[in-house]
Amino acid sequence: MQVTVTVNGQEVTRDVEPRTLLVHFIRDDLLMRGTHWGCDTSNCGACTVWVDDEPVKSCTYLAVQADGKSITTVEGLEKNGELDPIQKGFMECHGLQCGYCTPGMMMVGRALLDKNPNPSEDEIREGISGNICRCTGYKNIVAAIQWAAEHPVSTEASEVTA
Amino acid sequence: MQTPAPVDYAKATSVAHAIELLQQLGDESRPIAGGHSLLPMMKLRLAAPEALVDLNDIPELQGVRVEGDHIVVGAMTKHRDILDSAILAEHYPIFREAERVIADPIVRNRGTIGGSACQADPAADLSAVGSALRGTAVIQGPGGTREVPLREFHDGPYMTVLEPAEVLVALKYPIRPGAGSAYEKVERRHGDWGVATAGVFVVVRDGVVADCGIGNAAVGAEHYCSPGAEAALMGQPATEESFAAAAKVAGEECNPSADQRGPVDYKRHLATELTLRALRRAAAASQGA
Repeated sequence: MQVTVTVNGQEVTRDVEPRTLLVHFIRDDLLMRGTHWGCDTSNCGACTVWVDDEPVKSCTYLAVQADGKSITTVEGLEKNGELDPIQKGFMECHGLQCGYCTPGMMMVGRALLDKNPNPSEDEIREGISGNICRCTGYKNIVAAIQWAAEHPVSTEASEVTA
Repeated sequence: MQTPAPVDYAKATSVAHAIELLQQLGDESRPIAGGHSLLPMMKLRLAAPEALVDLNDIPELQGVRVEGDHIVVGAMTKHRDILDSAILAEHYPIFREAERVIADPIVRNRGTIGGSACQADPAADLSAVGSALRGTAVIQGPGGTREVPLREFHDGPYMTVLEPAEVLVALKYPIRPGAGSAYEKVERRHGDWGVATAGVFVVVRDGVVADCGIGNAAVGAEHYCSPGAEAALMGQPATEESFAAAAKVAGEECNPSADQRGPVDYKRHLATELTLRALRRAAAASQGA
């Protein structure tokens, strides 16, 4: 079955079996390995990507369902060689150890800040409650998202303030 | 790696189109809503439909609206949109309270109220809500449209009265001026299925319970409700004593099974206690407290 999707701004068309899960389509057909494949049961959130700007668990979504839609993966966060504040936040605050949950955490963190630029700690914890981390105890992940909230500047804006 | 068995797929663009596709593709075809129960079951090969008819891109199945003296919720309305609905928050805060404890925000972006109803999981929170509110299922099929009370919609665990090629299109709930409502749930961890839950609405007039509905999920309550507890409460003074007596009946009337979430006596205790807590809060809300 033919599927045409826009992935991080680029339109791609592939022939897939209807049973193909979106996570495998992204990793194995498009060879984009930033999206992680974790529990396979929609619990852990490592596979989180955006479909039409909304976070979904791509292990529980068929690639054919995304036909005609726009997908954003963790590779799409970086703009013009500049990391997104959420990515910088994870670097600054040591928001990861093994890194397995990180792409999912960054995709929900970015989506949360897009809707709510100044979330409380409770709102952040609720926002990432569909994503499991087994290393950090979440403390530094929350700090990373808070860092990104405090440093929302785009490249242009930072030049202005500088 | 879990992968579904080979399956055909078609995207429906309207309810009529979905019904037509289900008829064409035969009895082993299934509608897919948010897919957060069906796809995991297909991945575990507990379900192996021959074809899926995708309802996700049918605009007429989306959204919450008021029609006359009812609130109508399209079957493909997502958990997230129920959580955020101003209409539901105004008339029935029970929806918001239930949605806050259903799964997690990413799952709520996909899961739908109609999919939950049709999955008929014995622990489904929104089924207890629908039963408590004495809502109605609107079903469309090859023979036209019919309405079924939600208290008759489920035939048992994972079974509904839907016939082949029929589609649940909406759920309707009567608006009850002055009603208070509340949802209580105990789960093992945030976002899990309940060990026991209680959802109620109460209308108190002149200190007396003029109307009420009591729903319970995860404790084997038939049709997710407790008519005995409702009968015990109707017409009684809105007091702690009346609420406790009704809650006791709810705990006795349900039929929980022992499993990894707990033994039977614990679940009965929870059904009683959660019903009591929900009744207290709903009655207080009805009295403007």
